[in-house]
Amino acid sequence: MELLSGADMIARFLQDEGVEYIYGYPGGAALHIYDALFRQDKVKHILVRHEQAATHAADGYARASGKPGVVLVTSGPGATNAVTGIATAYMDSIPMVVLCGQVMSHLIGEDAFQETDIVGVTRPIVKHSFSIRHPSEIPEVLKKAFYLASTGRPGPVVVDIPKDMTAPTERYEYVYPKKVKLRSYNPVTRGHTGQIKKAVELMLKAKRPVFYTGGGVVTGRASEGLTDLVKKLGFPITTTLMGIGAYPQSDQQSLGWLGMHGSYESNMAMHHADLIIAIGARFDDRVTNNTSKFCPTAKIIHVDVDPSSISKTVRADVPIVGPADSVISEMISLVQGQPITHPEALKEWWEKIDGWRAERHGKLYEPSKPGEALKSQEVVEALCRITRGEAYVTTDVGQHQMFAAQYYKFDKPNRLITSGGLGTMGFGFPAAMGIKQNFPDDDVVCVTGEGSFQMMMQELSTCKQYGVGVKILNLNNASLGMVRQWQDLNYKSRHAHSYMESLPDFHLLIEAYGFTAITVTTKEELEPALERAFADKHELVFLDVKVDPFEHVYPMQVPLGSMRDMLLSKTERT
Amino acid sequence: MRHIISILLENEPGALSRVVGLFSQRNFNIETLNVAPTEDPSLSRLTVTTVGDDRVIEQITKHLNKLIDVVKLVDLTEGNHIERELMLVKVKALGAARDEVKRTVDIFRAQIVDVTPSLYTVQITGDAAKLDAFLQAMAPVGLLEVARTGVSGIARGDKVLSL
Ligand SMILES: Cc1ncc(C[n+]2csc(CCOP(=O)(O)OP(=O)(O)O)c2C)c(N)n1
Ligand SMILES: [Mg+2]
Repeated sequence: MELLSGADMIARFLQDEGVEYIYGYPGGAALHIYDALFRQDKVKHILVRHEQAATHAADGYARASGKPGVVLVTSGPGATNAVTGIATAYMDSIPMVVLCGQVMSHLIGEDAFQETDIVGVTRPIVKHSFSIRHPSEIPEVLKKAFYLASTGRPGPVVVDIPKDMTAPTERYEYVYPKKVKLRSYNPVTRGHTGQIKKAVELMLKAKRPVFYTGGGVVTGRASEGLTDLVKKLGFPITTTLMGIGAYPQSDQQSLGWLGMHGSYESNMAMHHADLIIAIGARFDDRVTNNTSKFCPTAKIIHVDVDPSSISKTVRADVPIVGPADSVISEMISLVQGQPITHPEALKEWWEKIDGWRAERHGKLYEPSKPGEALKSQEVVEALCRITRGEAYVTTDVGQHQMFAAQYYKFDKPNRLITSGGLGTMGFGFPAAMGIKQNFPDDDVVCVTGEGSFQMMMQELSTCKQYGVGVKILNLNNASLGMVRQWQDLNYKSRHAHSYMESLPDFHLLIEAYGFTAITVTTKEELEPALERAFADKHELVFLDVKVDPFEHVYPMQVPLGSMRDMLLSKTERT
Repeated sequence: MRHIISILLENEPGALSRVVGLFSQRNFNIETLNVAPTEDPSLSRLTVTTVGDDRVIEQITKHLNKLIDVVKLVDLTEGNHIERELMLVKVKALGAARDEVKRTVDIFRAQIVDVTPSLYTVQITGDAAKLDAFLQAMAPVGLLEVARTGVSGIARGDKVLSL
């Protein structure tokens, strides 16, 4: 029998759970835990420069690896600083365990120094939370936290740990719990066979089908099965922003992604479809536009592991509660060898879709002419070329995020890492850091804007400390571009606080941390700068690319319209 | 439509706040809420009445079920059920009204459980509609204080909500 203090139990548990990295920032209530981490060397702690960055880094790691990200913060301000990152993970269903120090149990409720009811604060943005009430509970509670975070529909779990629970003098028996059970939590492991059969019948009989798949296929590791199923049926597929890469975008059957800034052909196909096969997607407002005008002629099959996602905003005709991978493989076995009923109709459907594709071909944006400012779109296209479409691309939030998603072509899941649900500016850089540390031999690039980057740029210091060689592509339009775009469209170009005055000299800023910065203003400079940036995988390089501040992101759905109601450029609309 | 949802909830700190929080967070409405431990000390039974169309009620039950602390749940309004609420009311009882209050109490099969020279304290049980009717009847006489427990309920017949 092994007797350990609460703090040592935490360190030991993390080792036994196979946690490699933990992102955090110390403070009074967490110091026993920090001391325990200091006295071991299996779990590596990464000291960030702001707790929000710890959550984003853990989140990036989780998205890319599929394993829960782990965060350690102190009570009060440490915990509240983590809130934005917890909410970000919650909205995108990312597995994460956040360990928060708390004041001593006997002080709770007394407004003690650095006391915050973090369980209360985070209640609406966690999958679940725990407060430790006795040190002996620690192994079991932590196991439950990891289990809940990573199973079913994943999400963040907060564990609140009063300081006295980790006191070095009190020791209790430690056994690593291999398994835990929660009587009220039994995530479904497979879908209802009858419903799956019904769905497959509709699929085989469809004349104008479209697959619409989301983040659930990515987090549910079901991309391979999905690709197989879509190929077998020969149907078009569009994904959500969160689902990008689950099906190779370079394939003919891929229509790109859909929704507010989705591709023209995706939104047109959705609107005219007679069958929508939604898997791991949640029909959110950035996809559906006006739900009452959504896909007027389509029947809807909706597969989701979370029953509350089904028929939440759009009613499903064939609801299937189950994990994407098992439902898809059941579908594959039912589809196997079955001919589709209307091959002629499907052929016509493809002709129609190819017509939509052709309509916009070469018209998506106007590349810059010599002497003009670079367009963000061409910068992203160049990035894709130089990295052969194989980099991990994280983004912040704004126009640059949409351009990155539109013009980088992703053939693999988990390669576009973006805050889709919460839209958190500041996410990209720390997320890239978390990914790079865990995939040191891959290219990891954060496509950001000068607005977003300034929200988390203190992490340059973390990168310096740990030698994290991420690339930062700053699409510098000297404005809060996405806000400005909305102001152009809805407020007669009254640019209320959407310009970025007094930008720092990014070149000097980056050099102050001892890193390389390259400023790019012309097309001629662009590719050489990118080549230079990606020459050494282990070097952090910052590219400050001055881009056209007046560019807009198109297509853009018209508010309150249907999926097909889109602005296509500053002068065209559907 | 009005629904009565009964929940077996882990008797854990914070569990109740998760249920209540869910309602405000998702813009669902709570008409009444009633909660107490059951014969199994690890479980509380919580009954909530809420109003919404089928879509809203479906979302409410799905989201409740998703809470880790919710062990089991039943929408009692889906079947035959018994609905009860207990109410304590202080009613003005002066002069001629004293007899009238007494008569009304008898009609409603309520009980007077405390008396002063100027008021009666009445205890009444029944479904929410009956309690509402009693309050209406007493309003002209003068209601001084009303304490209602909120609805509790149970299915009729052999059906049992347990683990
Ligand atoms: C934390 C946070 N605050 C505010 C917003 C609202 N917002 C969305 S995009 C945007 C502008 C972002 O500017 P920048 O990072 O420069 O990107 P650009 O749109 O110029 O490419 C703002 C302010 C947000 N998404 N996140
Ligand atoms: Mg900008």
